[in-house]
Amino acid sequence: MTTTVEFGKDLTGLEGLSVDQISTILDVAEPFKEISERPIKKVPVLRGKTIVNLFYEPSTRTRVSFEFAEKRLSADTVNISGTGSSIVKGESLVDTARNLEAMRIDMVVIRHGSSGAAQFLADRIPSNVINAGDGQHEHPTQGLLDMLTIRDHMGTLDGRRVCIVGDILHSRVARSNIYGLTRLGAEVAVCGPPTLIPHGIEELGVQVFKRVEEAIEWAEVLNVLRLQLERMKAGYIPSLREYNRFFGVSVARLEQAPRDILILHPGPMNRGVEIDSHVADGPHSVILRQVTNGVAIRMAVLYLLAGGSPERAEAAKKGTRS
Amino acid sequence: MSRPVLLRGGRVIDPSQKLDEALDLLLADGRVAAIGKGLQGPEGCEDVDVSGLVVAPGFVDLHVHLREPGDEHKETIASGARAAAAGGFTSVCAMPNTRPTIDDPAAVGFVRAEGERAGFAHVYPVGAVSVGLKGEEMTEIGELVAAGAVAISDDGRPVWDSGLLSRAMEYASAFDTPYFSHSEDLGLSANGVMNEGAVSTSLGLRGIPSAAEDAGVARDCIVAELTGGQLHILHVSTRGAVEIVRAAKARGVHVTAEVTPHHLALTDEAVRGYRTEAKMNPPLRSAADVAAVRDALVEGVIDCIATDHAPHHYEDKDREFDYAPFGVVGLETALGVCLRELVIGGRLDLPGLIDRLSCRPAKIANLPAGTLAEGSLADVVVFDPERRWTCKPEGFYSLSRNTPFAGQELVGRVVMTLVSGRTVHDGRGDR
Repeated sequence: MTTTVEFGKDLTGLEGLSVDQISTILDVAEPFKEISERPIKKVPVLRGKTIVNLFYEPSTRTRVSFEFAEKRLSADTVNISGTGSSIVKGESLVDTARNLEAMRIDMVVIRHGSSGAAQFLADRIPSNVINAGDGQHEHPTQGLLDMLTIRDHMGTLDGRRVCIVGDILHSRVARSNIYGLTRLGAEVAVCGPPTLIPHGIEELGVQVFKRVEEAIEWAEVLNVLRLQLERMKAGYIPSLREYNRFFGVSVARLEQAPRDILILHPGPMNRGVEIDSHVADGPHSVILRQVTNGVAIRMAVLYLLAGGSPERAEAAKKGTRS
Repeated sequence: MSRPVLLRGGRVIDPSQKLDEALDLLLADGRVAAIGKGLQGPEGCEDVDVSGLVVAPGFVDLHVHLREPGDEHKETIASGARAAAAGGFTSVCAMPNTRPTIDDPAAVGFVRAEGERAGFAHVYPVGAVSVGLKGEEMTEIGELVAAGAVAISDDGRPVWDSGLLSRAMEYASAFDTPYFSHSEDLGLSANGVMNEGAVSTSLGLRGIPSAAEDAGVARDCIVAELTGGQLHILHVSTRGAVEIVRAAKARGVHVTAEVTPHHLALTDEAVRGYRTEAKMNPPLRSAADVAAVRDALVEGVIDCIATDHAPHHYEDKDREFDYAPFGVVGLETALGVCLRELVIGGRLDLPGLIDRLSCRPAKIANLPAGTLAEGSLADVVVFDPERRWTCKPEGFYSLSRNTPFAGQELVGRVVMTLVSGRTVHDGRGDR
């Protein structure tokens, strides 16, 4: 990097980010990867900063990943979950935010069931807000860690063909992947039952495959999404068994592919539904690599939003304050 | 009885009499006493020079929510009627989805009485079609009409049972009472919160397809045709619904339709940023839909403009988009939006706009309004069609501020509103 890339106060999505901003986050994540491999996994970059992890929806992977990222950067963290807090007493999001702000915090990481909730919070408090998934809108750090993982294995994202398979309609992971990958020059497609493909998706610059065989024929990377059981109850698909038969990513289907295909999954997996175990545990699966990269990406995002400069990320890793 | 008023030298536009010229208008004893050139007022008459301003029959809004009884923190009948006066509306039809519902004669009487007590506008209650708006049991429609209801509606929700709907429309026809329909197929709208399309996909918000409205309008037109009842389609927002209404009219179905100022002016792009003040049902649609409803209003397929004034407290709107209630206020911005969107640019001339804001809606609900003919009620609006102003919700007379037009420049300002010859809004000081 030669020029300093500016970041806004918040990270609510990848839609509004530039090529330089996304590339910078991915690049800054590189030196942070190594910190997690050390015996003493801690640098003083965010010492004295207070971060609230505000999780209105259940989450294990994302919440723990953020918490590790924060702690490895020496921030003080507080976790608030939907149950066992004032949220269940009916306090509104705006009041919760104001109360947290009154305790003088620096950052909020928010997971919420409503699209736009992170933006809503960001517009109302001066702290940095990081979106850890809002409804069916975006999950930017997941999109970034998926991109970092693909880049690790393929060298570049430019021109790569990535297909997102599954419930696109309800997926914030899909939207963040679409925005981020297309911005960096990847070709993106989606594939799933037509009931789970949102209207107007082509206008986001992606192509649509109705059949998973066509997607496999085309793609170099498959990002397989979790199929939630509720979708069957709500009548989007007739049964999980049928979903697996027609849309499941199986070894037999992958064997028909003209090339090896890199397999990603944001988790948690329904083995035997959207993905077969032999694929998830197979030689081209990078699913656990995604999880490892998730911590580095979140460290990079926290570092950059706190005002850290991209040029000094390497130095920050060594323990000098940036 | 108030003093006689002589409005002198204004441009009197009354499409009901095909009038558009500089005339004097004399109001006395609550009625239009005389209209002509060089009128002399009687002793003690208030003489107002309105030259340079438009004088028209007061506007008629077939579709407002005044929230009383039950949600007086959002609006009261008095505050809503005051907002109507500020917007040039002299007659408003108050929808029955209050708490409790306006589904019995006593409730109808309450709305009428509160309207009369406030005195800012004629408030005409709309009675519910079904008890509690539950879509199960027909209300005592005859009793509601006898108590003063001018129409029946379960607005906010469709009457989903086509059998109940056909019986209600058939029965209401005995009283020449129109059915005001919120037409929507709830299965297709599937708990959506905004228009389905590229914007909803990009924002990750659940979409309401335009087909939900089209299917509802089609079903309602078919039932109107079956029963011979009078159907008025509320808030048409889609190109498909326009075509269905056009076809039904061509077949001779007794159907009329309205469109709101916000559906004439805005597309679903206004929702970006998760702006809850742009959340209403039906939702803001695509640019093609906006073009279609504008054309339909000009052609007459859509008969009139109504605001669907839907006040909400700021706390209710200051929430996650999913949880914010549907609805926007409209009484105080309708004229300014319609002049900007329709008259500037020449889609409609002033008589055409006044026809759609006053004369035509009055006819749909058989209201004593929409004309300045001698002997009619002295309900008059005086406005400056050139005046540009910035919409500042903090200055609204409505108790609520939920408008998507905040900060925008609007064109045309109400200078005076008179109801039964009494000045209920005087904006002359604003000039």
